[in-house]
Amino acid sequence: MNRVVITGMGIYSTIGKNIEEVNNSLYTGKSGIGFEQLRKDLGFRSGLTGIIERPNLKGELKRRQRVGMAEEGEYAYVATAEALKRAKIYEDFLDKNDVGILYGNDSSAKAVVESYDILKEKKDTALLGSGAIFQSMNSTITMNLSTIFHLKGINLTISAACASGSHSIGIGYYLIRSGLQNIIICGGGQEINYHSMGSFDGLNAFSVREDQPQKASRPFDRDRDGLVPSGGAATVILESYESAIKRGATIIAEIVGYGFSSNGDHISVPNVVGPAKSLEMSLKDAQLKAAQIDYINAHATATPVGDLNEAQSISKVFGLKTPYVSSTKSMTGHEMWMGGASEIIYSVLMMQNSYVAPNINFENPDEYSAKLNIAAETIKNHNIDIFLSNSFGFGGTNSSLIVKKIK
Amino acid sequence: MENKEIIIKVNDFLIDEFELEENQLVPTARLKETLEIDSLDYVDLVVIIEKTFGFKVKGEDFVGIKTLQDFYDYIINRVQAN
Repeated sequence: MNRVVITGMGIYSTIGKNIEEVNNSLYTGKSGIGFEQLRKDLGFRSGLTGIIERPNLKGELKRRQRVGMAEEGEYAYVATAEALKRAKIYEDFLDKNDVGILYGNDSSAKAVVESYDILKEKKDTALLGSGAIFQSMNSTITMNLSTIFHLKGINLTISAACASGSHSIGIGYYLIRSGLQNIIICGGGQEINYHSMGSFDGLNAFSVREDQPQKASRPFDRDRDGLVPSGGAATVILESYESAIKRGATIIAEIVGYGFSSNGDHISVPNVVGPAKSLEMSLKDAQLKAAQIDYINAHATATPVGDLNEAQSISKVFGLKTPYVSSTKSMTGHEMWMGGASEIIYSVLMMQNSYVAPNINFENPDEYSAKLNIAAETIKNHNIDIFLSNSFGFGGTNSSLIVKKIK
Repeated sequence: MENKEIIIKVNDFLIDEFELEENQLVPTARLKETLEIDSLDYVDLVVIIEKTFGFKVKGEDFVGIKTLQDFYDYIINRVQAN
C-alpha cells in the first residue's frame, strides 16, 4: 500500500486569503466573524456571519472559465491555485499526468435562487444565461476546476454536509493508498451568502450574540448559544510518497488514518457513539494509541448539544488525560462543507510552526468540556507530531483524519 | 436609434461582457472561427441583447449569422422592426 502525503496547501478564508495570512491569524487568535444587516432585513434570526471578500478573477481567468463559477468555486479556484503552486505542480505536469479532484461541497444555492428570480420576472428560460446551470449544481467546484486545470484523474464532488471536506481527504487517501491515483486535489468549499443560509437560520442553530460578533462563536464555552455560519475554500494536494519523492516535491505531512461512521440516528442532533466510532476507527487505521495524539482539532461548532456530545466522545476515547484540544471555529465560524479540509490546513500549520491555535472565547467550561485540555490561549512552543481532526455533519455523517509529521 | 449607435452598443457589450479586443471587431470577423464565440456564448448573447435592446432572440435566429456584419444587420433589422 502506498503512503499518502500532503505536498501542497492553499486557502481562502475569513481569517486570511492565503497560507501565511491564515497562519498569522491562527497564532494571534484573530476572528473572521462580523454582522450583516441585510440578513436581519430579510428576517434572519441572526445577522452573524463570516466575512469574506469575493476574489476578482477577471484578468486571471477567461470569461468562459468564470461564468459557470459560483462564489464557492471562486474561493476554491484561489485556494487550489495556491496549493498547486506550493506543490510545484504546473500546467505542463497537469497536461501529461492523471491528476484527480475530490472536493467537498454540499450546496450552491445562490445561483438557483437568482435563476428562479429571473424566471419569475421574465418567464423565459432563455434569459437565464449559460452560467446558471454550472453554478447551480453541487458539483460546481469540481466541474469548474477540472476544466480550468485540465484534470484527467478522478473527478467527484463529495457531499456529506459539514464533513464533506474531511471525507474528500479521507476518500482521496484511500484512492492513493490503494494505488488507483497518484495525485488528487482534495478540499472543501463553502458559499457564504444569505441565499444559502436562511433555512439553516430557521433551525435556531445560529448564535444571536449580535452585539459582540467576534465573541459569538464560543465552542465548548458554558455560555455558547449556537454556531456562526462561515465559508471560503481550502485545498490540499494529496500524493503518494513515491510520486512526491520522484518529483522532488516538499512533503508537508503524511495522512496516516481515516475513520468514518454514520450515527443512524437523528437528522440534526449528533450523538456520542457515532463520533467515537469514527475516532476509534481512525486510530486503528493509523495503528496508534490515543495517547500518541498531540493535538485534537475538534469539530465543535458552538451549538449546545453538539459540543456536549463531542466532548463526551473525546473523553470516551481519550480518557481523563486528553491532548490539547481546540476548535478553530471559534475564530473562523463554522465553515461547513469546507471545514473538514480547512481544519486539516489549520492543524498542519500548527504542526509546522509548533503551536496550538487558541479556542478563543472559551471562558468557562461546562461539565463535559471541563474534562478536556482546551487551549483557551495560544500554546506556544508546543510540538505536534501527530494530530487528529474531527468533522461531523447532518444526517450523522462522521469523519476523523489523523495526520503525522514527516521526519 | 441610429445604425451607428446600435453598432456602438453591440461593440460595447462584445468588449465589456465577452472580453473581445476593439481591434478584433471588424465587420468581416467570423463569430465562431475568429471571435471564438461558442455555443454557450450564444446563450449569453440572447440575455445581453434582451437587456440592451429589449427584444428576445431565438436560438435559431443565429443560424444564418456568420460574420460580425451579419450580426450588426440582424440587430439593426430587429431594432428597426420594433
